[in-house]
Amino acid sequence: MMAFNRRDFLKIAGLSAAVGLGGKTAWELLLPGQLDAAEMPAASGLTAKRWGMALDVKKFTPAVRQACIAVCNQSHNVPKIDSKQGLKWIWEAGYEAAFPDLEAEYVEDEIKEMPFLVMCNHCDNPPCVRVCPTKATFKRGDGIVMMDMHRCIGCRFCMAACPYGSRSFNFHDPRKFLPDPAPNKDYPTRTKGVVEKCTFCTERLAVGKLPYCVEASQGAMLFGDMSDAGSAPRKALRTRYAIRRNAGLGTNPQVYYLI
Amino acid sequence: MQIKDRPIIIAGILIFLAIFTFPLWSAMGKAAPEPKVELPKDVKECVAPKDYMRTSHMQLLNEWRDSVVRDGNRIFVAFNGKQHNMSLTSECLRCHTDKAKFCDQCHNYTGVNPFCWDCHTYPKESK
Repeated sequence: MMAFNRRDFLKIAGLSAAVGLGGKTAWELLLPGQLDAAEMPAASGLTAKRWGMALDVKKFTPAVRQACIAVCNQSHNVPKIDSKQGLKWIWEAGYEAAFPDLEAEYVEDEIKEMPFLVMCNHCDNPPCVRVCPTKATFKRGDGIVMMDMHRCIGCRFCMAACPYGSRSFNFHDPRKFLPDPAPNKDYPTRTKGVVEKCTFCTERLAVGKLPYCVEASQGAMLFGDMSDAGSAPRKALRTRYAIRRNAGLGTNPQVYYLI
Repeated sequence: MQIKDRPIIIAGILIFLAIFTFPLWSAMGKAAPEPKVELPKDVKECVAPKDYMRTSHMQLLNEWRDSVVRDGNRIFVAFNGKQHNMSLTSECLRCHTDKAKFCDQCHNYTGVNPFCWDCHTYPKESK
């Protein structure tokens, strides 16, 4: 007697496929992003399953770029130190420095000669988080790669791990390079011996505001929930070609450059 | 056996003891002035009962820190049901406006040196 014949196998296989179709994977395949958006928790302040950003690079003028940098530095008490020991949250980088892996020989001149605004990419697979021995840097539930300055011991492993140079070390007491009192009294300065970087303005998201640079960009920066197919960056990414910095390294950066 | 330099040795020991015990006898009879904490005049209640705040404000601040930085939860529900924004500079200092007349009083008295203010900012200190 055959305990498990061909007919039984087909029945079970068919049933399993039917169950699988109702599952999350199939849903994602047919209606990408819809399920994630529905699962978003409701709360005061801005929340998302996965924060991300898209920069419409041709909309930037030199003045807008400078405004974005200035408002960030001012609001986060980032001192200006003109040396290798300077601190960067958001800064300008040329095409070749920003996208060393995209070695297309005949890139449009405008793109090739344009400075790009670069910052922490808030990677989905952040190498800085993996190497941090104290878990001072960690990935929040909404995808933001965050720093806990109270825990940072200044070992700088994260700086070695980050392929984007997004992290800066405080070689000096930053207050020595800031006016007294600090430009924004509602935001802490850092202290000597900790590493800092862009935080996607978590303190602003918590009170329902967009990051400073996005606000100053006059619409050139799109900030939103990457898991929500209806969000501003996702809408732009559906119709526009976008590049990411060093995506080939597998970090899955969440800052997109629409070109 | 006879020690030749007995007077010099004894004098040396006495001088050593005098210097060694200097902190004890120099402060004899003088107690450090008691801390004078200036409490906010128009607000009667803190985020927790006074006794708890006196002994455990540092633990509370650590909990606030972890909650805000690591969990992103910024709302603290106090013992009396009031909601507070968990923030040293914008909540604690809202009532305790002068760090020198409040925080520093006890911290200096007990000789503790918390590093809050290395990063967090405060309004100009009164001298």
